[in-house]
Amino acid sequence: MKILSRLYIALIILFLYAPVAVMIVFSFNSSSSVWVFSGFSTRWYEGLANDTTMLTALEHTLIIAVSSAVISTVLGTAAAVGITAIRRKMSQKIVMSVTQIPMMNADIVTGISLMLLFIFFGKLIGLSESLGLGTVLIAHITFNLPYVILSVIPKLRQTDSHLAEAALDLGCTPLKAFFKVILPSISTGIVTGFIMAFTLSLDDFVISYFTCGHYQTLPIVIYNMTKKSVTPDTYALSTLIFISVFVLMVLYNVLQTKSEKKRTETVRV
Amino acid sequence: MNKKTFGNKLVASPYIVWSAIFIVVPLIIMVYFALTDSSGTFTLANLSGLGQYKKAFAISIIYAAAATVITLILAYPMAYFMTKLNISSQRMLFMIVMIPMWMNFLIRTYSWITILANTGLINTFLTNIGLKPLKLINTPGAVILGMVYDFIPYMILPIYSVMSKLDKSLLEAAEDLGSNSVTKFKKVIFPLSRPGVISGITMVFVPSVSTFYISQKLGGNKTMLIGDTIEYFFNLGPSYYNIASAISLVLMVMILICLFIMNRFTDSEDGGVLM
Repeated sequence: MKILSRLYIALIILFLYAPVAVMIVFSFNSSSSVWVFSGFSTRWYEGLANDTTMLTALEHTLIIAVSSAVISTVLGTAAAVGITAIRRKMSQKIVMSVTQIPMMNADIVTGISLMLLFIFFGKLIGLSESLGLGTVLIAHITFNLPYVILSVIPKLRQTDSHLAEAALDLGCTPLKAFFKVILPSISTGIVTGFIMAFTLSLDDFVISYFTCGHYQTLPIVIYNMTKKSVTPDTYALSTLIFISVFVLMVLYNVLQTKSEKKRTETVRV
Repeated sequence: MNKKTFGNKLVASPYIVWSAIFIVVPLIIMVYFALTDSSGTFTLANLSGLGQYKKAFAISIIYAAAATVITLILAYPMAYFMTKLNISSQRMLFMIVMIPMWMNFLIRTYSWITILANTGLINTFLTNIGLKPLKLINTPGAVILGMVYDFIPYMILPIYSVMSKLDKSLLEAAEDLGSNSVTKFKKVIFPLSRPGVISGITMVFVPSVSTFYISQKLGGNKTMLIGDTIEYFFNLGPSYYNIASAISLVLMVMILICLFIMNRFTDSEDGGVLM
C-alpha cells in the first residue's frame, strides 16, 4: 500500500513536470525547432538579452505586479478591517458577496466587462484610445482585492479585540492601537494576501488580454508568440521564470521552516 | 468606541466605492451591451440569436465536466496520500504541486504540443519502437488533457488542505466502533473532505468551461468552445461587442447556476475553502 501510494504520487509529479522538462530541454536546442532536438546551445538565452519587446514586456509585467499588489494590499486590508466592523449582518453579507464576484466569475467575463466599462467611459470623455497602463492596473487591483480581503479577514476574526481595547484604555490613540496591536496580529494574513496578489498579477493573461491595449505584459507577448510558430526563445524565457519562481519558493519555504523552529524553541523556553 | 470589533466601518468605504465602480458597474454595462444593438437601441436579438451557439455551449460544458471529473479522480488520491506522509515531505509536495501554477499557463499548454504533435515526442517514440503513430493533437482528448493539466493543482490543494486538518481522533473513534477502512473512508474521510472537493470542482470547472486558449492550441481550429466564440467576436471589432456581451452574459448566468447548485451541497458554514 505504501509503495503503491508513493508510486501514485510519483506519477502525478511526472505528469505535472513532463511539459516543464520538455520546455527546459528545448530551450537549449541549437536549432529553432521545438520538436527535434539537434544539439545543445545557449543562443536563445543570449538572444533574450537583446530582445527589446520581451524586456519591455517584462518591465511592464513587474510594474503592474508590484503596484497592483501594493495598492490592493493597502486597500484590501483597510477593507477587511472596515468590513468586520460593519454590524448589520445584511450589509456585511452584500459587501462580501460583491467581493466574491471576481473570484467566482470566469476571467473572460471579468475581462470583457471591465473592457466595456473602460471603452464606455473613454468614449464619454472623448478618448480615442482608452486602454493602457491605467486600465490594466485597475483591472489587476480589482481581481487582486478579494484575495487580500479574504486572507486578512480570518486573521482579524482570530484577533482578541480586548487587546485593542486595553491599548486604548492605556492611552493609545485608535490609530496607534491599530499599528501597535492589530497590525502585528494580522500581518501573516497581509503577507499571504500580498504574495497571492503579486503572483496572480504576474501570471494573469485573460483579463490583461482584454484590458491592456498597447501596454503589453509578458503573458500577452507570449500569447502573440505562440500564435505564430514558437521558437525556443519562448521556452528560454519560461525556463528563466520557472527557475526564479522555484528559487523563491524554496527560499520562502526554508525561511518559514526556520521561523517556525525558532517559535517552537521560544515556546519551550 | 465599538466594543466587539476594533476599527471603523468607514475605512472600508474606499473599497466599497471601488467595488461598486469596477465590479458592479461593468456587469451592468455588459447587460446594457447585451440588450442593445451597435447603435444603442434596445433589442433582444442578441439573446434570441444565441441558439446558433448551442453547440459551442454544449461542447464547452461537456469538455469542462469531463475535465473536472478526471481531475477529481486523479487529484483525490494524490491529496489523500499526501496527508499520509511526514510533515516535511507534505510541505515539500505542497510546494511541488504549486510551482507549475506559477508558470505561465500559455507555455505549459504549449509544451504539450511538443509532446503530442504528429511528429512529437510520443509519436517519435512509437515509430522508433515500430508502432504506428497515434492521432493525439487536435482531438477532444487533447483539449480535455490540457484542461486537466492546467487546473489539477486547483483540485489537489484545497482537498489536501481540508484533509490535512482532519481530526485524527475521529478516525480512531471510527476504528474503535468497528469500521473497516472502506466504511471509515465512506463515513468519515469523504464527508469531511467534501468542502475541499466542492471548491476544487469550482476552481477547475469555471476556468475550463470559459477557456479560449487551450482549445485553440490543442484542439486545432475545429473546436470552438464558448470562450473561443467570445474572443472571436471581440476581435472582429466594436460592432460585435453586443453579441459578444450577450454570450458572456449567458456564460456568467450559467456559471452562477452551477455554483448555486454546488453550494446547495455544502453547509453554509464550512462552504468555500480558500487556499
